[in-house]
Amino acid sequence: MGNLKEFNVDGTVYTTELTKKFENRKPWIRPNPKHINSFIPGTIVEILVKEGQEVKEGENLMILEAMKMKNQIKMPFDGKIAKVYVTEGEKVPNRLLMVEIE
Amino acid sequence: MSLKRNILDLRKRKEKVLQGGGEKAIQKQVAMGKLTARERVTSILDEDSFHEYDMFVEHEARDFGMEKKELHGDGVIIGTGTIYGEPVCIFAQDFTVAGGSLGLMHARKITKIMDHALKMRVPLIGINDSGGARIQEGVNSLAGYGEIFFRNTLASGVIPQLSIILGPCAGGAVYSPALTDFVFVVENISKMFITGPEVIKTVLGEEITMEELGGAKVHSEITGNAHFYALSEYECFEQIKKLLTFIPWNNTKKAKAFPPKPPRPEYKIEEIVPSDPTQPYDIRNVIKSVVDDSDFFESMENFARNIVVGFGRMNGETVGFVANQPLVLAGVLDCDSSDKAARFIRYCNAFNIPIVTLEDMPGYLPGVDQEHMGVIRHGAKILYAYSEATVPKITVIIRKAYGGGYIAMNSRHMKADFMFAWPNAEIAVMGPDGAANIIFKKEIMAAADPEAMRKEKVAEYREKFANPYVAAAKGYIDTVIEPQETRNMLLHSIEVSSNKVDSRPAKKHGIPPF
Repeated sequence: MGNLKEFNVDGTVYTTELTKKFENRKPWIRPNPKHINSFIPGTIVEILVKEGQEVKEGENLMILEAMKMKNQIKMPFDGKIAKVYVTEGEKVPNRLLMVEIE
Repeated sequence: MSLKRNILDLRKRKEKVLQGGGEKAIQKQVAMGKLTARERVTSILDEDSFHEYDMFVEHEARDFGMEKKELHGDGVIIGTGTIYGEPVCIFAQDFTVAGGSLGLMHARKITKIMDHALKMRVPLIGINDSGGARIQEGVNSLAGYGEIFFRNTLASGVIPQLSIILGPCAGGAVYSPALTDFVFVVENISKMFITGPEVIKTVLGEEITMEELGGAKVHSEITGNAHFYALSEYECFEQIKKLLTFIPWNNTKKAKAFPPKPPRPEYKIEEIVPSDPTQPYDIRNVIKSVVDDSDFFESMENFARNIVVGFGRMNGETVGFVANQPLVLAGVLDCDSSDKAARFIRYCNAFNIPIVTLEDMPGYLPGVDQEHMGVIRHGAKILYAYSEATVPKITVIIRKAYGGGYIAMNSRHMKADFMFAWPNAEIAVMGPDGAANIIFKKEIMAAADPEAMRKEKVAEYREKFANPYVAAAKGYIDTVIEPQETRNMLLHSIEVSSNKVDSRPAKKHGIPPF
């Protein structure tokens, strides 16, 4: 038997091996509505807002180009831009924090 | 020309085709650690049994200078032969000829041998080693893939279809193997993916090697696309031949029977399973203690290891085993293990192979990732597969059978033909720890010593419900057996089931939760 560990199923603790897939699973984090993350890896081709700027719901924040598509990243609700974490021309991975709203 | 001269001319023509892509290309193939397509075919088939067709097919490409090129056999070898004296159809893509690229005539050769296999009701073995679509042939090449996929689907459940990945198999080409019953991969040689590393890098900026993206290990451990993993092509060929000893030649036949053999004496069934249901052991040893010669041939050994599936023989007849594996993740059901088991159950049902289920399972894997990956619809596949199966179905509850998992694992209610349980089996809604915590929550909290009270209540619950007799009292279990009786009970119940007649309502097809 390999590397045995304790493993709880419905209140009972079992001694068992774990799988790589199980150990590498991503813990779930409640999404923060004030964080705007990239939804696909790509390139930031244009940033249309500045930190401190008041922005209305639906206005464009930036253009994220991926798979030859220019995706408009829109403001989810009325608010003020707290911080912009990316710069024009930057290549971003998936799920990267790009903009924080106050 | 005299007949003699005609014969000489034929020989010359054949010789030319047999050179494949020529010496240089063959040297390259060998340098990659690969056998040539012809070597592969002749290694798998019985000696001197291979007969090749469509050797003189010429390719269709008329653009981009392709009309001047000669592509021997258009990059694929098709033919018939025998394995253990029984007929099979086979095709092998030849990477030395234009990278094994698939053009119109290449695809027509493959579909010709597929049609033949289906008509003759014999297994189809496909060896994939191809750079992909022949771009110069445009939509004709894509059409070729489509014709292959359609035939894979028609033949599914009628004849066994085996796919051997011995080189690249990328883009649309991957879907033919994915539609077949068993996929074989070899370390360092097999590479399967929809979009390759270069595209991924350009588009997404993620850097990954072919091996890391879609190598043999990836498909046998992570994706579950491959069923058998080998370290060399020869080991792979042995696996193919071994698999073919366990399965019937088509869906109207039974697998060939072998002389019965007892299990090997070193597998002592009573010594394998710890009585404490939280302690691990390897369920494969229980299988080996009941099958002929302790010979268990496992499929998808490295994927979703928390469930074990594979073939063994009982009194010489092939049986499919589905068994929870307490050694890995305590044997829980989850998305991957449900997919793995459900597909295997459906294979056995399609090909007249009785199913023996060995159960020792604490429930479903808890977690947000499982719920969000759809453990509901994946788990439903097991219920569906067992319920629709009409082959003999026998279950032995070795230890734990808790909650919905107990129902899913071929319970009486999925119409198991025989339900046996060992005397230490615990058939209950959940384990005694969890159950006591819920039922006796107030008593435990109010007690002067809650931990002592909890232990007392866990023991009380175990005594009352965590045994096989509550289920046996309702007839959900047919009989409680001693572990050492297991093989005999299985042999007997398979024998009794040999003329089983069972049916399901006539329908075009069901709608399983794919």
